[in-house]
Amino acid sequence: MWFFKVPEFYFGEDALSQLTLLNGKRAFIVTDPGIVQLGFVDKVRELLETAAFQIAVFAEVEPNPSLQTVRRGAQAMLDFQPDWIIGLGGGSSMDAAKAMWILYERPDIQPDAINPFDELGLRQKARLLCIPTTAGTGSEANYGIVLTDTEEKRKLTLGTREATPDMAIVDPFFTAHLPRQITADTGIDVLTHAIEAYTCNWANDFTDGLCLQAARMVFTYLPRAVASGAADMEAREKMANAATIAGMTLGNSQVALAHALGHSAGAIFKEIPHGRITAIFLPLTIEYIGNGNNGRYLDIARAIGIPAEDEATAATLLAQAVRNLLREIGQPTNLHEAGVDKQAFEDALPLMCEHVEVDANTIMSPRIPDMTEIEQLFRYAYHGQTVDF
Amino acid sequence: MGIPFGTDEWIQALHNELNNSDAYRKAAEKWEGDFYFVVDNGDGNPTYLYLDLWHGQSREACFVQDPSEKSPEFILSGPLDTWRKIVEKKLDPIRALMTRQLKLKGNMMKIMKVPKAATELVECCTRIDTEWPE
Ligand SMILES: [Zn+2]
Repeated sequence: MWFFKVPEFYFGEDALSQLTLLNGKRAFIVTDPGIVQLGFVDKVRELLETAAFQIAVFAEVEPNPSLQTVRRGAQAMLDFQPDWIIGLGGGSSMDAAKAMWILYERPDIQPDAINPFDELGLRQKARLLCIPTTAGTGSEANYGIVLTDTEEKRKLTLGTREATPDMAIVDPFFTAHLPRQITADTGIDVLTHAIEAYTCNWANDFTDGLCLQAARMVFTYLPRAVASGAADMEAREKMANAATIAGMTLGNSQVALAHALGHSAGAIFKEIPHGRITAIFLPLTIEYIGNGNNGRYLDIARAIGIPAEDEATAATLLAQAVRNLLREIGQPTNLHEAGVDKQAFEDALPLMCEHVEVDANTIMSPRIPDMTEIEQLFRYAYHGQTVDF
Repeated sequence: MGIPFGTDEWIQALHNELNNSDAYRKAAEKWEGDFYFVVDNGDGNPTYLYLDLWHGQSREACFVQDPSEKSPEFILSGPLDTWRKIVEKKLDPIRALMTRQLKLKGNMMKIMKVPKAATELVECCTRIDTEWPE
């Protein structure tokens, strides 16, 4: 037995106009200062006012939102008493909105008690709508929540199926003018989500097709979106959709080893964005899993038009195709290129390996590396070598 | 002949497998907690197996006649059929919990900190030559 849980989606040009049809009285927008500056909050406010909404805005979400921020936002919600929560922004704003909403509904619980096993009984006070302004995290499509406990200096990966947004609006308007670098950093994460969700231990019939479609779309449209930006709105729209499609697979399926490696390296080399650092590990994990004969890469290879005959060649060719795509969109293919200092890397290596070993995503991998192999994977990632073990 | 599931002999066998597993020891090195595994046999007489895990080792394992004998930190319960799927590695225990096929009393977050230990514990179960009731 398994489940498949996703929001109701509105997507494509003018999807945002759906806001004027929203039923409710009081909307609470969770976002960050950059989104306010871009005028996106005003745009959303305008449409909601057409629908006679009273509106409050919490625009203090920081990158890697903290528990403290979440508690402040939840308090503001308790004061305002909204019936709709709107997460507007990238993964940080949407994740913060999910967590604030949960604490607004259940002020009696602690954020780190948000888990997929206990029933929380949400939606007594409000519903959740997410509007992504980047094309990458896919947080609008699933129940995952990543927060940072700044006091204890640790990342909390939380979630409950009940935190799946009721609705998500995916409008390419928001990503039209996304800077080139952010387009590449967030867009490549879509591919990592799609490939990992297709090959991990939780892969299932309901998510498989979504993974293949998202992977196909990234190979076709990400180079165009990076190269042409707002001049190629078709590519923008397709990438926005691909991000959400891959986002649907997370929680229903999972991400795996590349994310475990990416999380632990990213926690140390904080200046490298999540999508960029995780994608460096993607081709290595494809080769590693392929070498163990544990992959399902032939389907993916065929979906993106790689002429592979069997699993072994599919893994090799797919890893190569990923590296080529990274180069094409100007992303690093190894940690050295990403600006990681050799000595800093050596110093961090034991801790990074330890974190990978206990990361919940590691055991999602169809081939689980031991400590020696984890260290090797990091070393190979430093120079971008082909995995031969 | 295999070892019948739900017996003192079976949980002892798991105790031995755990204490012989390097992978389990490493994965659970920093973890401690004791369990009741409650098997609902569908006859109103659930089976209680007690397991005390301590820093990568099993300290005690036994069949318990009267559940008031111990007061473990965690109680994991489910129907016999679900246990069978888990022990035979056909069902991931985390997914069993998420779909409420298996129920846990105790601090879930403490368990979620050592996902690898849970996987290795299941590995140990698969190594027992288990006999199932008809
Ligand atoms: Zn990701």
